[in-house]
Amino acid sequence: MLLYLTKRLLLAVAIVVLAVTLLFVMIHSVPGDPASVVLGPRATPEQKALIHEKMGLDEPLPMQIALFFGDAAQGNMGTDVFTQRPVRDIVFGELPYTIVLILTSITWASLVGIPLGCYSAVRRNSFVDKIIGVLSVSMIAIPSFVMAVYALLIFAVLLGWLPAIGSGNGGFWDGVQHLILPAFAVGVGWVGYISRIVRASMLEVLGESHVRMARSFGLPERRIIVRYALRLAILPTVTVLGVGMAHLLSAAVFAEVVFARPGLGALIVHAVDTRNYPVVMGTVLVTTALFVISTTLADLVNAVLDPRVREGL
Amino acid sequence: MSQAATTRGVPGAALGTLLEVRSLSLDFTSPKGRIHALRDISVAVPKGRIVGVVGESGSGKSTLAYAIIRLLAENAIITRGEVLLEGDDLLRLSPRQMRDVRGRRMSMIFQDPMTSLNRVLSVDDHMIDIQYRDSVSKAEKRRRAIKALGHVGIPDPESRIRNYPHQFSGGMRQRICIAMAMLVEPDLILADEPTTALDATMEVQIINLLKRLQSELGCSILFVSHHLGTVAELCDDVVVMYAGEVVERGSVRDIFHQPGHPYTQALLECDPGRIRERTRRLPTIPGNVPSLLAGEVPGGCIFKDRCPYVFDRCQLERPPHYTVVAGVDEGRADGDDTLAAHTARCHLRDPGEASRDRESRDIRQARDKAAGGHP
Amino acid sequence: MTAISASDARLIRGNSAWAEHWGQLRKNRLGLFGLFLVIVMVSSALLANFIVPFDPTQIMVGPRLGPPSWAHPLGTDQLGRDILSRVIMGGRVALIVALTSLAAALSLGLVLGLVAGFGPRWLDNGLLLALDSVRAFPVIIFALAVVTLLGPSLLTVVFVVAVTSIPVYARVVRTQTQSLRDHEYILAERAMGAGTGRILGVHILPNVIGPLLILVSMDVPLVITLEAGLSFLGMGVRPPTPSWGTILNDGYSYIQNSPWPVIAGGIPIILTTLGFTFLGEALRDIFDPKLRRDV
Repeated sequence: MLLYLTKRLLLAVAIVVLAVTLLFVMIHSVPGDPASVVLGPRATPEQKALIHEKMGLDEPLPMQIALFFGDAAQGNMGTDVFTQRPVRDIVFGELPYTIVLILTSITWASLVGIPLGCYSAVRRNSFVDKIIGVLSVSMIAIPSFVMAVYALLIFAVLLGWLPAIGSGNGGFWDGVQHLILPAFAVGVGWVGYISRIVRASMLEVLGESHVRMARSFGLPERRIIVRYALRLAILPTVTVLGVGMAHLLSAAVFAEVVFARPGLGALIVHAVDTRNYPVVMGTVLVTTALFVISTTLADLVNAVLDPRVREGL
Repeated sequence: MSQAATTRGVPGAALGTLLEVRSLSLDFTSPKGRIHALRDISVAVPKGRIVGVVGESGSGKSTLAYAIIRLLAENAIITRGEVLLEGDDLLRLSPRQMRDVRGRRMSMIFQDPMTSLNRVLSVDDHMIDIQYRDSVSKAEKRRRAIKALGHVGIPDPESRIRNYPHQFSGGMRQRICIAMAMLVEPDLILADEPTTALDATMEVQIINLLKRLQSELGCSILFVSHHLGTVAELCDDVVVMYAGEVVERGSVRDIFHQPGHPYTQALLECDPGRIRERTRRLPTIPGNVPSLLAGEVPGGCIFKDRCPYVFDRCQLERPPHYTVVAGVDEGRADGDDTLAAHTARCHLRDPGEASRDRESRDIRQARDKAAGGHP
Repeated sequence: MTAISASDARLIRGNSAWAEHWGQLRKNRLGLFGLFLVIVMVSSALLANFIVPFDPTQIMVGPRLGPPSWAHPLGTDQLGRDILSRVIMGGRVALIVALTSLAAALSLGLVLGLVAGFGPRWLDNGLLLALDSVRAFPVIIFALAVVTLLGPSLLTVVFVVAVTSIPVYARVVRTQTQSLRDHEYILAERAMGAGTGRILGVHILPNVIGPLLILVSMDVPLVITLEAGLSFLGMGVRPPTPSWGTILNDGYSYIQNSPWPVIAGGIPIILTTLGFTFLGEALRDIFDPKLRRDV
């Protein structure tokens, strides 16, 4: 178990390092000087030199990469170009908002999507199954930012049921109210996605012979579906949820912008807008790490749920 | 065989019929049309006996088992017939009532033990779950499960019960499945090729286990197999199926010593275990199983295209079940009251075709001689 | 249910096979609906220059934030531009981005996948690791990082889409190539002295390209979404070039006063993504039901 954990963790770190290195290489292979990106076209050579020194751009590329990771490992991700605040504080200040949004979205999407997919599989080819199918595909296809804008338009502007922007005044209920629309926009595509995956894997499991065996003992159908089939069908769903973290982060970026919520998405968009290079790099590092951690976590959950994998640890 | 039947200690019960399948016909729907997979099947399973169903793959033998317990694929439609379990027609039961029959009055052992247990549930979970109807404590259910596991030869059942299916070998898993099937103390166990996925040594062990448990429990078993040797070893009565029809049935002794249908004869000749002479080739039955698609099922005898003794009557007239040796009800001469009637669906068994039958026997003998003479 | 399996279909590849596929598509009502939406979208994009009622960048052809009227069926935006004309032109932009970026990703993914699948083992491992680490970025985060460096433009969007799609295509091509590589008939060709070029060109490529094209067609809505999304954030297509994303963004600023621009900007995105998705799903079911399962 410990060995497995270590191996997974090392792999996760390796991928993050590789991904960010790749980004570095790409940055340096495109024409243009990050310093002039930061300072704009009218920067003087002295200003550029100062920025170069500050950001370590004078060093050769491998050295820069090493420096970046060296600093990052010590919790130092550079400083904000404008406010001089440490990027670490900024990023980790915004991180909780994004995590709350993502977790809320994925939770409600699972709570709705799993039963839908399950029902679809049990009543396959029925009218309701077909309706659920079309709805799911549509929910997957419609971009989350269009969903966000329309949700804002309908529920906040036209109907006025829910607050439109911000994350609330700090009170719990106010926070919840401000969370509803963004979480709806982020999660709605996932309802469709989860229901499709659960349906497909449920169909597969229901066709396996252990289900027929359970039926041959006259076990109640409900117990067969939940205890014998769904427990197996949920395994691939967990994996997909882990990989889907990247999607969720993307959706969260838009939701945070549309609903003017604080969070990593809003942070990076603002940083890109103002060409705040260190903040962009810091956010990229953290989100990539977040993605890799969530896939690793999904694998672990899978291992706990599946005795065969658990055995192999 | 008959010796075993009488020492079972329930000779009186052997007279009663536990399960009777009457004129069962079943279709599968397919993109190409209906497939008449079972046609006019009649099978009886007496109380306390083991009835074997043999046939090639595609003969419908497994489908018959699934039809009895009503766990058919969705595209199966039963078009005719009755499945009587102690007089109750199972086909008329509501799904709910049928569920009450399963795991109480009948249980089933499946072909592939590697997939018939759920991989995320422990053996303990499985075995306690199937006792869900009993209102005893969980500890008591577990105690029963451990006892059943020990009974089927799982070593150290107290600790192994907590294991998951993947921690057992195929043979062990099949033992667990058998323990489960026995645990609910059913009147009838359906065994769908339970040894096909196992190797030969395992097969013998499982057969012996089934035999022992059956004699202890006194239940009936419908044993589906494509292997004649296994059936001869285990069963009291045999039903031979070919292309969705019962072509011959009778006691094991009668069928093996005096096969009445050319198909059964051919099957016996093809059984590697029964080939006495040294030969370079394994005998096979020439020709193919006929199409069972609606409109393509051949008229007359179903075996006519592959039968070496075919004559004009076979083309036109579907043979009924001719009696080869009368059963107990028909006043059997040798006085063995536990043996079933021996019937075969072949016109050669028609007393009116006696001369032709003699000819066919001559052909057979000549051929046997030829085969023996040139190894 | 399908009478013909995908591998059969690939072997036949005659008129009768296409007729059969068309027959299957005709029975799939959702697929037909998708096809209809796609045809409408593509033809309006092709004919955009001829059918726009106004110059989409010309300001004050109508009132500011005007509601729908006979002259301006979708209303006008905050600069008095005709939204219908902008929507039609925006479709053209979306299609151009989708076609160029996917074509680039397709050809590069094909080459990398063939190299990984056919080349030596170390090269395969190296490429795989590189491809996997590109996939570790959430697409939008990657896009934003690139925009910081290249600045927002149509080309940036194309670049981002191409780079993020390459790993997916390359992986599919690699898997297919590897499974084909060890087939008997390929070994036989080799034994008869056929060069790698001939094997790749004659045997592998035709078998790989079909599934890949379906995959690409299913990615069209993703690309359109990404283009619109980046433009919505102000990081894609630059004004005054119309894009569905910028129309939505412009409208978003005035959402309290006038819902029309937002509605007009979102609906075409929804219809187009739905159209391509429905059509893509139908095509996949017809041609290769097993595709995507391992992606």
